[in-house]
Amino acid sequence: MFIILVLIGVSFIVAAGFLVAFLWAVRNGQYDDRYTPSVRMLFDDSDIQKN
Amino acid sequence: MYSLSFIYLPAPPNLKFKMQNERTYIKGELVCYHCGDICNDKSIVKDDKIFCCTSCKLVYEILEENNLCKYYTLDDNPGISPPERNKTKYEYLEDEQMISSLVDYTDGKITILTLQIPQMHCSSCIWLLENLYKLDNGIVYSRVNFPQKKLNLKYLNDKTNLKQIAELLDSLGYEPMFNLEAIEKGTRNKYNKKLYYKIGIAGFAFGNIMLFSFPEYLGLDKIIDPLFRSFFGYLNLIISLPVFFYCSSDYFISAYKGIKNRIINIDFPLSLGILVIFLRSAFEILSHTGAGYSDSMTGLVFFLLIGKLFQNKTYDSLNFERSYKSYFPLSVTVMKSAKETTIPLSKLKIGNRMVIRNGELIPADSILFKGEANIDYSFATGESIPVNKVLGEVIYAGGRQYGPTIELEVIKNVSQSYLTQLWNSNSFVKQKKNTISEISNIFGKYFTYAILIVALVSTAIWMNINPSEALNVFTAILIIACPCALALSMPFTLGNMMRIFGKNKFYIKNTAVVEKLSKINTIVFDKTGTITLNGISEIEFIGSDLNNFECSLVKSLARNSTHPLSRAIYQYLNDYKDYNISEFREISGHGISGSILNNSVKLGSSKFLSGDIKLLDYKEKQNSSEVFLSINEDIKGYFSLKNSYREGLKDLIGKLSQKYELHLLSGDNENEKELLKDFFNDSNNLHFNQAPENKLDYIKALQLSGKKVMMIGDGLNDAGALKQSDVGISISEDINSFSPMCDAILDSDMLIRLHEFILLSSKSMKIIIMSFIFSLLYNIAGLSLAVKGLLTPINAAILMPVSSISVVLFCVIATNFIAKRKNFSIKN
Repeated sequence: MFIILVLIGVSFIVAAGFLVAFLWAVRNGQYDDRYTPSVRMLFDDSDIQKN
Repeated sequence: MYSLSFIYLPAPPNLKFKMQNERTYIKGELVCYHCGDICNDKSIVKDDKIFCCTSCKLVYEILEENNLCKYYTLDDNPGISPPERNKTKYEYLEDEQMISSLVDYTDGKITILTLQIPQMHCSSCIWLLENLYKLDNGIVYSRVNFPQKKLNLKYLNDKTNLKQIAELLDSLGYEPMFNLEAIEKGTRNKYNKKLYYKIGIAGFAFGNIMLFSFPEYLGLDKIIDPLFRSFFGYLNLIISLPVFFYCSSDYFISAYKGIKNRIINIDFPLSLGILVIFLRSAFEILSHTGAGYSDSMTGLVFFLLIGKLFQNKTYDSLNFERSYKSYFPLSVTVMKSAKETTIPLSKLKIGNRMVIRNGELIPADSILFKGEANIDYSFATGESIPVNKVLGEVIYAGGRQYGPTIELEVIKNVSQSYLTQLWNSNSFVKQKKNTISEISNIFGKYFTYAILIVALVSTAIWMNINPSEALNVFTAILIIACPCALALSMPFTLGNMMRIFGKNKFYIKNTAVVEKLSKINTIVFDKTGTITLNGISEIEFIGSDLNNFECSLVKSLARNSTHPLSRAIYQYLNDYKDYNISEFREISGHGISGSILNNSVKLGSSKFLSGDIKLLDYKEKQNSSEVFLSINEDIKGYFSLKNSYREGLKDLIGKLSQKYELHLLSGDNENEKELLKDFFNDSNNLHFNQAPENKLDYIKALQLSGKKVMMIGDGLNDAGALKQSDVGISISEDINSFSPMCDAILDSDMLIRLHEFILLSSKSMKIIIMSFIFSLLYNIAGLSLAVKGLLTPINAAILMPVSSISVVLFCVIATNFIAKRKNFSIKN
C-alpha cells in the first residue's frame, strides 16, 4: 500500500507543475490579448511573393 | 466579426465578385482596390487596379514597392483611405519632452512605445502593422493587440524617430491617435491578473482535494489504513491553506469594510461560511475526528471567483472614463516670429497666436485675429448650425473650424476654458458611485440575521439534548447556510445580460449598470446628435426641375466645400457625374461658386445670389435650412434641408412616455420647440439654450426631488449631466470614436430599442429574485439536515456544487430566454 503514497506524491507534483505553468502564462501576459495570436498564427512566414 | 468586409459587405456572392484583373464590383459598382469605396473617377489606375483617390493609390504603391501586397490577399479591400494632412502635423513629436511623455521605455538607443490606432479593423491590418519593419528599417519589431487597438513598437533611435514612424503610419492610413489622455498613463483599467491567479490556485486546490476525498465519498475510509486517513487529511488541509488565506481574501476584506461602515453585505455570510468551514475542517483533521469539509470550501471559493470573472468582463477597446482630454489634440500650430511651428498643447500659453485650419479643433478660449471663422459647435455645445464669428470676437474652445485657415489669440489656458471648466465641477471630483449592489446587500442582511437566529436556537436546543453535538450543529448550520448559490446568481445573471447587451450594440461599463437601469423612472434626452441625426438628411429641391446635367453641375460644385450643407447636398446628388471645376470660391456664411464646363454655378443664401428670389414660392420655415441655386445667373430654386430626427424616435418616445417621465435638454435654440411638442407630451419639460452646467444642475435638481434619472447624450456638453445622472448613456455613431464619460455606450442604430433594454434590465432583476428563492430552497433543505445533526462531508460536498451549478444554469438560461423572446441576438 505504500506505493499509493508515492503515486499520490507524483500526481500531486504533476498537478502542481500545471498550476505553475498556468500562473507563469498569466504573469507572462499570455492572457492580455486573446484574439490577435489566433490571427497571427495564420500568417505565412514566407511572405515575400511576386506580383 | 472583426473584418470590415463582413460588416459592410454582407452581400450574396452574385452581387460582389472579383474579376480576373483584380477589380471588385459591389452591386455593379466598381470599388477601390485599396479601401473598397465606390470609385466615382475611374481614371486612377495602377497595375490594372483601380483606386478611388490618389492617396489610396499612393498606399498601394508603397506596399507594392516593398513587396507587401499580401496585405490585399488576407481580406478584401482592407485599406483605409488616408486623410490629407499638412506637413507640420507631427512636428511636435520632435520635442524631447513630448517624446519622453509618450514612450514606455527608452535608454537613448532603443525606444519602446505603445500607440493607439483606432483604424485597425481586420487581419490585413494586423499583418501590415506587424510587418512595419520592412518599411522602416529602424523598427525592430511591432506587435498588435487587436482588441485594445494598440500597437507596441520597438525602434532604434539612430535609424528612425517617433515623428517618422507617425508619418509612416499616417501615410498608410493608420493614423496613430495622440491626445492629452495618452500622456497620462496608467489610468486605463488593467485587467485583473490577480483574479486569474486566484482562480488557478482555487481550481487546483478544489480538484486535488476532491481527488483525495474519494475514499471518503465511497465509504472506503473505514476499511483502509488509518494512516491514509490522516495523510489525506493533512494533505487537504495544506492545499486549502492558500485558498483560505489568498483566494478568498477579497471576501473577508469586503465583509470587514461593510461591518466598519455598519452594513452587512452579501460578503458577510459568505466570509462567515468560509471561515467556519475552514476552522471546523482544521479542527476535525488535527483532532482526527473527521475528514473535514475542505472540498466544499475550495469548491465554493472556486465557483465564486468564476462568477467574479464572468461579471468583470470588460470591453477592451472602449473607454468609459474619457474627459475632454481625449477629444483635444496633443499639439497646436502657433505663429512664432512670423513662422508657423507646432508645439505641444501643454505648452500653449495665454497670448500665443494659434493657427487653425479647416476641420481642426480650437483647444482654448481665444479671440479671432485673422480670417473668417465658421465654427461647428455641435459636439461641444449642441448648437446644430455652424456659427460665424467676426474679427475680435471671443471663440470658445471645443468648436471646429470649417472654412479657411484662421488665426486666434489665446486668452485662457486650456484647463480654464469655458468648456473644460465643467470638469472642475463637483460632480467630477466626487467619489465614484457606489457599485455594490443594493439588492444583494438587503438580502445579505436579512439572510445573515435569519441564519444566526436558526443557528443559535438549534444550538440551544441541542445543548439540552446532547451538549457534545451542539458545537457541531452550530458550525454545520453556518456551513450549509453559506449563500454561495445566492452569491452566484447575481454575477451570472447580470454578467450574461451585459454580454447580451454587448451583442446588441449596447455596451455597459459594468454589471451594476443593469441594476441601476431597472430602477430608472425619469429619462432626459439631449437633442443635437442624440435624437437628431448629426448632419442633415431630409432634402428636397423646390423650383424648376433640374435635368441630369444640372444635377451634375451642382454636385461638382458642392463636392469642393466642407460645409455641412454642401456635404448634405453632395450626398443627396451622389448618383450624378462629377466634373472638374475652375474658379472655385467659398465665402463663409454665404455660399460657394464656381465655373464648370463654362457654366457659372452658385449655391448659397438668398443674398449671395444676385437675382430675384421673390419669383420662387418661398417662405422661411423654422426647422429647415435653405440653399439657393443659380446656374448662369438664372435662379433655379432652392434645396430645403430638414434637421431630421432619428428614425423610429416618435415610436420610442411614445412607448417610453407611458412608463417614464421624459425631459429634453438642448444646447440649441428654440427653433424646433413646436416640432418637439409633438414628440413629448409635456412641453414644460423641454428646455433650450442649456449650457453644460445648466444640464448638470437640472439633473441634480431632478435627483433631489427623489427621481432616478437616466441621461442620454452624445457630446462634451452632456458630460456633466451624464456623470451626474444615475445612468448616463452616450449615443455614438461609431463606438470607437470619442464619447464622453458615461456608464454605457449605445450604438445609435439601437436607440429605438432603448425601452426594450430597460425592460430586459428589470426582468433580469426578477430573475435574480427568483434564483434567490431557488437557492433558499437548497439552503432550507441543507439546514433541515444540519439542525438534525446529519450533515456529513459527503452531503455538503454534493449539495454545494449541485445547488451552485443549477442556480447558475437557471440564471443563464432564463436571461437568454427573455432576450430571445424580445428578438435580441444572443450569439455572435
